[in-house]
Amino acid sequence: MSVLELSHVTKRYRVRGAGDMLALDDVSVTIASGRTVALVGQSGSGKSTIAKIITQLERATSGQVLLDGAPVPRRGRALRRYRQQVRMVFQDPFASLNPYHTVRHHLERPLRLDHVVPAEEVEAEVHRLLERVRLDPAATVDRRPHELSGGQRQRVAIARALASRPSLLVADEPVSMLDVSIRLGVLNLLADLQRERDLGVLYITHDLATARHFSDEIVVLHRGRVVERGPADDVILRPQHEYTQALLAASPDPDKHFAQTREGTRR
Amino acid sequence: MSEIRNTSPRGEDFEPVPAQAGVDAIGMAAGVDQTPLPEEDRSYSQGQLVLRRFLRHRGAMTSLVVLAVIVVVAFTSIGIGPIPGWWNKNYILTYPKIGDGSPTWAHPFGQDTIGKDYFALVMRGTQRSLIIAFGVGVISTVIGTVIGALAGFYRGWVESVLMRLTDLFIVIPLLVLAAVLGKIASGWGVWGLTLMLGLVTWTGLARLVRGEVLSLRERDFVTAARAVGTSANRIIFKHVLPNAVGVIIVAATLAIASAILLETSLSFLGFGVQAPDTSLGTLISTYQNAFTTRPWLFWWPGVLILAIALCVNFLGDGLRDAFDPRQNRTKA
Repeated sequence: MSVLELSHVTKRYRVRGAGDMLALDDVSVTIASGRTVALVGQSGSGKSTIAKIITQLERATSGQVLLDGAPVPRRGRALRRYRQQVRMVFQDPFASLNPYHTVRHHLERPLRLDHVVPAEEVEAEVHRLLERVRLDPAATVDRRPHELSGGQRQRVAIARALASRPSLLVADEPVSMLDVSIRLGVLNLLADLQRERDLGVLYITHDLATARHFSDEIVVLHRGRVVERGPADDVILRPQHEYTQALLAASPDPDKHFAQTREGTRR
Repeated sequence: MSEIRNTSPRGEDFEPVPAQAGVDAIGMAAGVDQTPLPEEDRSYSQGQLVLRRFLRHRGAMTSLVVLAVIVVVAFTSIGIGPIPGWWNKNYILTYPKIGDGSPTWAHPFGQDTIGKDYFALVMRGTQRSLIIAFGVGVISTVIGTVIGALAGFYRGWVESVLMRLTDLFIVIPLLVLAAVLGKIASGWGVWGLTLMLGLVTWTGLARLVRGEVLSLRERDFVTAARAVGTSANRIIFKHVLPNAVGVIIVAATLAIASAILLETSLSFLGFGVQAPDTSLGTLISTYQNAFTTRPWLFWWPGVLILAIALCVNFLGDGLRDAFDPRQNRTKA
């Protein structure tokens, strides 16, 4: 059981000649094992900044990131152990896998880096990981990313994230670059893995429909602030904040006529 | 977490099963060819593709053969160091002059003014020029790659310092700088000259590599590596540079071509390889007055310089075409 907590996190970017840019303003989010939190917001709302702060690619200007109540270590072995616990799946599987390396290399590295399994079992573990994400190990393990389809690549990226046996997973728009027809497959895979491993998942997306179906809680972010949060169904069915309402109205709904949808956006 | 039923029959991605009604209809409408792919369009790894395109590049292949012949003949004919070659004369001794020294069976490239065998001399010069050119190519590639990679990867003050240093080397006229350094290093022989030329010719490569690294470092796979705590060294050498290898190989090849010409110019001006040793540039310089009376003394080294520089340039072009992903079909 792990809990990752962002507590009053603020991130300020210094923009040359234009003063400061407030990317995150007093954001608090809690992700616990076995639960999925969806982070929803439009481009530039600070979703990816949160992902970067959680994975320690960026440091928060103020506020704290706590794993099981302890602040995230700043460097060294302790930081590595933290990173082993918290892994990320990137948006674009065409860019997040190194075109130069084989699938085997992509999965072996994290296994060896964190000594997840003894050296003689690495090969078997690579195969297990590929099976976990429902890829045929024999057919994929010696391929390079460009020989795989988008969906297969994202599965490899998920397997890579799972290799270190993390307790928390940050998925930054994991399906938005994929073909519509295979999104569901990848999302269901994530949902299955979450249940199997009791993972805590932060699902970053701008797709409200999948956010509702795949998460327990929805946090709506607007210009770096949390404007609304709550159980998924409540947020979608009874949005309180007007930004959430606008966001809902802006997403295409097959039940409404197109013109109505446009009306809704203008509000 | 709830789950939406996957509409795919096997509960998998759609991609391996294109037999979905909607997809099929679109495929048919667009007239998508359903026949199996011909051998030509099979999937190859990036390396295999590059190799295939390179091997099909007629100019590059011809150049490779010509260059190989030049290298083999230059090094086997008079031998190298203590190893003797198959040619029975050497480049130091003088031989009885036959006629006016024009090419004969005994001296296929003719003889110089005092009766030295010109074939042996030209072969020695070719050896020296090749060694210098390849040495300069290697040294400038290593320096340029390291400086460019560091500048591009670390950005900030590291980049400022390294790139201003590069600019400094660029604004000083190369020939002058090389001449001065070459004169200083002439005591160390050919290797000193090679080192000095390598130290002044890395600038173009550094800029090229920096540009490539700047774009590669923003790619997600680098971010992914950083997110799991990979060290900067490992990222540079395992993730960034392997992806820049195409650019580096092409630039290195072209650097060799320009090194040949730089060495020749320097030697011609008298700052390069010093007598009694010789290089192609030195030969032309020594016998420049003989052009009207003994033209072969000019033509042999001239033609060899031209051939080597052309071949290396063609090889560089071939490599560039081969590494260019937008290129499907090779030009002749």
